[in-house]
Amino acid sequence: MSAATAVATGQPRRSVPRAWHLIERNLFVYRRTWTIIVSGFFEPLFYLVGIGFGLGRLVGDVTGPAGQPIPYAVFIAPALLATGAMNGAVAEATFNFFFKLNFNRTFQSILATPLSVRDVAVGEIAWALIRGGLYAIGFMMVIAVLGLVRSPWAVLAVPAALLLGFATGAVGMAATSFMRSPTDFDLINIIVLPMFLFSATFYPIETYPEAIRGIVAFTPLYQGVALIRGLTVGVIGPEMLIHVVYLLAMGFIGLWVTSRRLDRILLK
Amino acid sequence: MPTDAPSPPLIRARGLTKRFGSFTAVDAIDFDVAPGEAFGFLGPNGAGKTSTMRMIGCTSPASGGTLTVLDMDPATRGPEIRGHLGVVPQQDTLDEELTVRENLVIYGRYFGLSRAECGRRADELLEFAQLTERRDSRVEPLSGGMKRRLTIARALINEPDVMLLDEPTTGLDPQARHLLWDRLYRLKQRGVTLVLTTHYMDEAEQLCDRLVIMDKARIVAEGSPRQLIEQYSTREVAELRFPVGVQETLDGQLAGLADRIEHLPDRLLLYANDGEAVAVAVHDRGLRPETVLVRRSTLEDVFLRLTGRTLVE
Ligand SMILES: Nc1ncnc2c1ncn2[C@@H]1O[C@H](COP(=O)(O)OP(=O)(O)OP(=O)(O)O)[C@@H](O)[C@H]1O
Ligand SMILES: [Mg+2]
Repeated sequence: MSAATAVATGQPRRSVPRAWHLIERNLFVYRRTWTIIVSGFFEPLFYLVGIGFGLGRLVGDVTGPAGQPIPYAVFIAPALLATGAMNGAVAEATFNFFFKLNFNRTFQSILATPLSVRDVAVGEIAWALIRGGLYAIGFMMVIAVLGLVRSPWAVLAVPAALLLGFATGAVGMAATSFMRSPTDFDLINIIVLPMFLFSATFYPIETYPEAIRGIVAFTPLYQGVALIRGLTVGVIGPEMLIHVVYLLAMGFIGLWVTSRRLDRILLK
Repeated sequence: MPTDAPSPPLIRARGLTKRFGSFTAVDAIDFDVAPGEAFGFLGPNGAGKTSTMRMIGCTSPASGGTLTVLDMDPATRGPEIRGHLGVVPQQDTLDEELTVRENLVIYGRYFGLSRAECGRRADELLEFAQLTERRDSRVEPLSGGMKRRLTIARALINEPDVMLLDEPTTGLDPQARHLLWDRLYRLKQRGVTLVLTTHYMDEAEQLCDRLVIMDKARIVAEGSPRQLIEQYSTREVAELRFPVGVQETLDGQLAGLADRIEHLPDRLLLYANDGEAVAVAVHDRGLRPETVLVRRSTLEDVFLRLTGRTLVE
């Protein structure tokens, strides 16, 4: 085939967005190592059983989003849903992403094809979301069966969890692009663990003194938990839009930074 | 194929420059690659070969000059250009988390080929690279030669018009190299344009219709291997090796014996059209080198002539 005809015939028409192929690649990998994914599904379940039901027996009712008393397990179930989705997305967007970026040369090989850094960033985030989303769906089914869901609005809890996964995954990925060695991941743990414990996950934000509330309310997990808890308990209000906008903005900023960083790192 | 062939160049560079900060890795080089030819960049470590290849491959933006690949500008139409290229990078970038066959299949998918087509081509390429037996093996335990063959097979999944091969055979044993040369030769016969870098002169002589010699970010000579040897060297070379310490004492004693004499740390190279005659003349002057080797000139000699240094230190 001469160069001229090659250019004229162009590239094959694509039936799917280019970023999709990153997901396809990861499916190849996880076909062999699916057990790693499964473990992330059980973690929130253990918290639910141990803390929600076990500790919940001592705690009794707590104050729900609209000031109404609700059983402790109903209170923390949406928080665990949110955390599971976040952890799934962040694990994928930080640890696995780091190895692909620094040790595996996977992205270098991909960028020699028609795919761009943006396709890589979008594809990897999308994959992280799929993982977070699987946890959200699984956990949602469990809490629905256990009667911890109090409102039909809860059908939106899974998309809301995906939104939280997008925000935290994208920012986690952006942060990972600055990391030099795997020991830097301790930093991520130092951020994620306290966020998990203190973002009004296990007790209402009103427990904090006024000054600290502002700080807590600023964490993405708090935003996600507040959104999802409103949906599963059935307290809907305009402030939910603020949560949505906050999380979307955070996600897109993370995605933008990630693309820029990949450009700098991979296309020197 | 000569540069003035009727078809327009497939790749054209004018004043092409690559800078990393204040360091200039490629310094305003000009070259054309014609469709169907095998074009080489020959040069020592750090000459700027990889930097040039990466600019052609649209994975590294040029810092200056102009570059067109398949009549397109890499800065604006990178994805489209890359769709027509097959890239074999200097260091293998195989996906270590995937099997041999999966590496091929997913790579085809990146180019937008259908799943069925990817599977069909993957099986063909496994044959071509003699890796069919290892199709379901992970990549990591493969030998260096197998990985290299897989990388080349992978670069062919989109049936590229141009192959960019950055030191395709470095680190391979002679047998593996010859197998790869054979594969590359077959590709060329199918009309695929080959652009390759190497610091092996025999590889350049075997594979390249035309080549440029790069040194310190610049092109120092251009032509077919034969033209370059004719232009910059004599037909033959007599290599003389003297006992330790003797070489330095020979000043003047060799004058007039050859067209040109190169002093290397461990030997002397006497350039002449008749090497045997030189060897005899050396003997007649009463000089007694430990060994005398008469051979034909190679690109190595061209390089030495142009830069005053040997290619592979
Ligand atoms: N990303 C980079 N940042 C800074 N300097 C670089 C970078 N890549 C290459 N260089 C420098 O540019 C010069 C040319 O490098 P290049 O890799 O193009 O050489 P080469 O001819 O391919 O050498 P080799 O035969 O060793 O592969 C070298 O001095 C190298 O250190
Ligand atoms: Mg190189």
